[in-house]
Amino acid sequence: MADLFEGIWWSGYVWPTLITVLLILCIMIPVMLSVAYLTLAERKVIGWMQLRKGPNVVGPFGLLQPIADALKLLMKETIIPAGANPVLFLIAPMLTFVLALIAWAVIPFDEGMVLADINVGVLYLFAISSLGVYGIIIAGWASNSKYAFLGALRSAAQMVSYEVSIGFVIVTVLICVGSLNLSDIVRSQAGGGFWNWYFLPLLPMFVVFIISALAETNRAPFDLPEAEAELVSGYNVEYSAMAFALFFLGEYANMILMSGMTVVLFLGGWLPPVDAQPFTWVPGPIWFALKIAFVLFIFLWVRATFPRYRYDQLMRLGWKVFLPLSLFWVVATAGFLVAFDLLPTGTN
Amino acid sequence: MASLDRTARSFLLTELLSGMALTLKMMFSPKHTINYPYEKGPLSPRFRGEHALRRYPNGEERCIACKLCEAVCPAQAITIEAEPRADGSRRTTRYDIDMTKCIYCGYCQEACPVDAIVEGPNYEFATETREELFYNKDKLLANGERWESEIAANLELDAPYR
Repeated sequence: MADLFEGIWWSGYVWPTLITVLLILCIMIPVMLSVAYLTLAERKVIGWMQLRKGPNVVGPFGLLQPIADALKLLMKETIIPAGANPVLFLIAPMLTFVLALIAWAVIPFDEGMVLADINVGVLYLFAISSLGVYGIIIAGWASNSKYAFLGALRSAAQMVSYEVSIGFVIVTVLICVGSLNLSDIVRSQAGGGFWNWYFLPLLPMFVVFIISALAETNRAPFDLPEAEAELVSGYNVEYSAMAFALFFLGEYANMILMSGMTVVLFLGGWLPPVDAQPFTWVPGPIWFALKIAFVLFIFLWVRATFPRYRYDQLMRLGWKVFLPLSLFWVVATAGFLVAFDLLPTGTN
Repeated sequence: MASLDRTARSFLLTELLSGMALTLKMMFSPKHTINYPYEKGPLSPRFRGEHALRRYPNGEERCIACKLCEAVCPAQAITIEAEPRADGSRRTTRYDIDMTKCIYCGYCQEACPVDAIVEGPNYEFATETREELFYNKDKLLANGERWESEIAANLELDAPYR
C-alpha cells in the first residue's frame, strides 16, 4: 500500500514538477541572458547611431559589460528609505520581475515547443501585462517620494490608455485567426512565407501595435514615467542595488515579451520568412529569436531617433488617434471577412 | 487639400520614417569616439593645463617675485613670499598654487613679465587626496623641468599672436 502510494506520488507529482521546473529553467535562463545582452545591445546600437562606439572596454567588444553591471548591482547595498513602507517597497520589484517572466509560459518557440499550450494564451498574456502596472504603482506609492509617485501615476495612466488600443489590435488578429491559442495564431500564418504573415494585410494595425508596445513598456519616445528631466527617473528613484536590478530586468524582459507578442501576432512566430529549402533548414526557435531581435532593434532604433512625447500629446495619441483608428480597423476587418465569407471556421 | 496632405503625411509617418532613415545611416558611418587613455585628441598650443615654473637655460629661476600673478589671480589661488637672495637678486622663498582653487583662466601666465609661470599642456594630474593638489614651489619647478620642451615649443608657436 505504502509502495503504491509512493509510486503515485513520485510519478504523479514529483516527476512532473521536476520536469516543469526544468522546462521553466530552459525558458528563463535564455530570457535572462537575452535581457543582459539586450542592455548591451541597447547601449551599442544607440552609441552607433550617435556616432559613438558604445561600451567596448570590458571584455572583447564590451561583451562582458552586462556581467560587470550585474556584479556591480549585486554588490551594492539595498537602501530602504526611512519614509518608505518596507514590505511593499521590496514586493514591488519582485512583482514586476515575476510578472515579466511568467508571461513566457504561453509563448510558443516552435511547433509544440511551449510550456503551457492553453487555449486562452492571448488573454493570459493580456492579463499578465495589465498586472504589470501594479508593480509600478506599488513601487511609486511605497517609496513615499513625490518623484516616484508622479512617475508611477504617469506609468499607470499610460499603460492603461495604450492597453485599450493594443486590445483592439489583438482582436483584429483574433478575428482573422479564429483562436486565442498562440500556437494556432502562428499556424494560421503558415504556408507561403512572409507573404502570409499578418503584418501585411493588417499593416496599420501592426504599426499601431508596435507604437503601443513602446508605450506599454515605457520605452522612448513614451518613457515619461522615467523622464529624467522632470522626474529624475520616475517610479524607481528610491531603488538601489538588486531591487533596482529587478525593475530593470523586469522592464527589459517585458520589452522582449512585447517583441515576442509582435512576432507571434504579426510576424509568423517560428515560421521561416520564405517557405523554401535553405530557409526551412533553420530550426523554428532560431527564426523566432531572429524576429524578436529584429523587433527589439526597432525599439532601440526608435529610442535613438525620437525625442520624448509631452504628456498631453501622449494621451491625445492614445485616446484620440489610436483608439478610433484601431476600433475602425476592427470593424473594417470584421466587415471585410464577413462580406467575402472569409471568416475562419472554428477549428477548436 | 493642405489638411488632407498633412493628415496623409502624419498617418503615413513620413517624417518619422525619414528621421529613422537618418539614424540608420549614422549607425554605419565612421565613429568619432577617441579611445581616451590610448588615443588622445589634439591640443592647441594655447591649452591651459597644469602650471609649471620655468627656468632659464642656464638653470636660473625665471621668477623674480614681482607678484603680478598673485595680484591678478581671480581665484586667489597663488601665494608668494619673497626676500633677497644672498647674491642680492630678488627671488621667491615660497610659491604656492592651490590647484583646487585655480580656475585655469591663464591670467597668471598673461601677467608674468618673464614667462616664468605658465600653464602647460598636461591635464592628467588627478590625485587621490586633496592635499596633493596644494602645489608648492618644488612641485612647480619639477613640473617646469618635466614639461620644458613642450612648453617652450608651445610658447614659440603662440608667440606671433601675443
